[in-house]
Amino acid sequence: MKNRGNKRHAKDRPLHLMMLPGMILILIFSYVPMFGIVMAFQKFSPRKGILGSKWIGLDNFRYLMNIPDIDKVVWNTFFIAALKLILGVLAPVIVALLLNEIGSKVIRKSIQTIIYFPHFLSWVILGGIFIDILSPSTGIVNHLLNRAGIASVFFLGDPKWFPYTMALTETWKEFGFGTIVYLAAIVGIDPALYEAAAVDGAGRWKQTLLITLPAIIPIAVLMLILNLGSVLNLSFEQIYNLYSPQVYSTGDILDTLVYRLGMNDAQYSVATAVGLFKSVVSSVLVAFSYWLARKTCDYHIF
Amino acid sequence: MKKVSISRKAFVIFNYTILIALAFVCLLPMINVLAVSLSSSAAAGSGQVQFWPVDFTLKSYEFVLKKHEFWKSFGISVKRVLIGVPINMILTILMAYPLSKADDKFRGRKVYVCILVFTMLFSGGLIPWYMTISKMNLIDNFFVLILPNAVSVYNVIILMNFFRQLPGELEEAAFMDGASYWRTLFKIIIPLSKPAIATIALFCIVTHWNSWFDGLLLMNNPQNYPLQSYLQTVIINHDMTLSSANSILAMGEISNRTQKAAQAFVAAVPVLSVYPFLSKYFAKGMVVGSVKG
Repeated sequence: MKNRGNKRHAKDRPLHLMMLPGMILILIFSYVPMFGIVMAFQKFSPRKGILGSKWIGLDNFRYLMNIPDIDKVVWNTFFIAALKLILGVLAPVIVALLLNEIGSKVIRKSIQTIIYFPHFLSWVILGGIFIDILSPSTGIVNHLLNRAGIASVFFLGDPKWFPYTMALTETWKEFGFGTIVYLAAIVGIDPALYEAAAVDGAGRWKQTLLITLPAIIPIAVLMLILNLGSVLNLSFEQIYNLYSPQVYSTGDILDTLVYRLGMNDAQYSVATAVGLFKSVVSSVLVAFSYWLARKTCDYHIF
Repeated sequence: MKKVSISRKAFVIFNYTILIALAFVCLLPMINVLAVSLSSSAAAGSGQVQFWPVDFTLKSYEFVLKKHEFWKSFGISVKRVLIGVPINMILTILMAYPLSKADDKFRGRKVYVCILVFTMLFSGGLIPWYMTISKMNLIDNFFVLILPNAVSVYNVIILMNFFRQLPGELEEAAFMDGASYWRTLFKIIIPLSKPAIATIALFCIVTHWNSWFDGLLLMNNPQNYPLQSYLQTVIINHDMTLSSANSILAMGEISNRTQKAAQAFVAAVPVLSVYPFLSKYFAKGMVVGSVKG
């Protein structure tokens, strides 16, 4: 037996070989950049490179503490993320429950096909669409609001509205796609449970409340937890395409700040420092969310 | 059969109404933009257009489809999908298979898992990532659109979970007959996993087609932009160097607005055309991967 076991380990070689190409790419494009974090502690200049640039300790972090509105940027990052997190779980759960009550298969499938679709469009195209329809002068949304006697709202240009516009447009894009996991969970419920409940005199409303809802709450919790981990990374593409200087006060987030500092102002070290701050906060969130998912839902990533 | 109560009837009507309304909320922005793209600039400018073109014209499309930059970047996006997706798939399959083995059947699995999980927890951030690529002289190189994101750990996990659900007896039988891991993977595992592989491939197609930020960041020469990066500069940033013809043509029958709407719509057409295949596959594949039951 032991001999066979050893043979098997020698046979592992093909498995390592299969892992190799992907691992090389991951080492180059995920691990090598991690060493670039030292830039956050340097006065980095691309000409001198990482080895030649001067070390300045925590000066970049002191500098970034003094960036005007840095506290606002941190607040915006979390505020917009929190709005999206809540809507991102509530909307799909409600819609999945409602969809489950649609008797006609054809209508249900058609609705599903339509509401999944926005998920597959890029934020460039959707950015173009939202800028057009939300325009205060020519956009159809304000046109319809005006007709209803409501004054035009500058959804993308008014700092008061901007964070909510972000949360709503994101929800618009993703709520349909988000229903998939809940619908799958509902399909998995044992029909005998409903029959037994019906025999006991429970109506549809009671059945939903006592059987369907409890069946999808664990998944909603799991989704909430998993989203918690990724929520700080999800807004860049959307906000970058929809914001403008007049809404920086409520719309600028850490990722967009990193991009402007690094790519527009060539302040590589400061941008790396901001990025590092975000990475650390984000990894704490991800690690916490995976831990929580394992504890509460017995969910293992690998 | 139980009698249907009035409140139930009211709910059913309410439910159909609200969900059909929701479906319309998803569709109408796109229909509105399509209508704008097919309207004359005067009608679009005065905000008359709703869900049906006013003064129907194809001028905006003629303008967009005649643009050299549009087709150039369109071609780069097609090339990106054709080369990038097979690479995605080969790497994903090759990683998912060994990782689907139990820890005691594949020694070293734990090490790989740790390396991969760490990339999900922590990243160097945008600037170090950019610097790494720039130091390797990959800026303006086509393959920079493909290699950095060639492996998605999430896709590996989805496929790995699918492989694990396959009946293990088939694989054991193949090993008994002396088949190697490679042979087993190609002759047994992959043919059995077609739905999952198709799902991931379709997701990779959409991801490649929709990516714009890498092109914008890593291509200095706008000639190398894929379509979405090009559109980003035209529709969102309105970069004058790229669309200098706009200002001249805007005087005529095509306005900036109708023209942007037309570009947005043309760029969405490929996604629209693979969508029927997508919706057939993804629901199944998604669920298998994301929530293990």
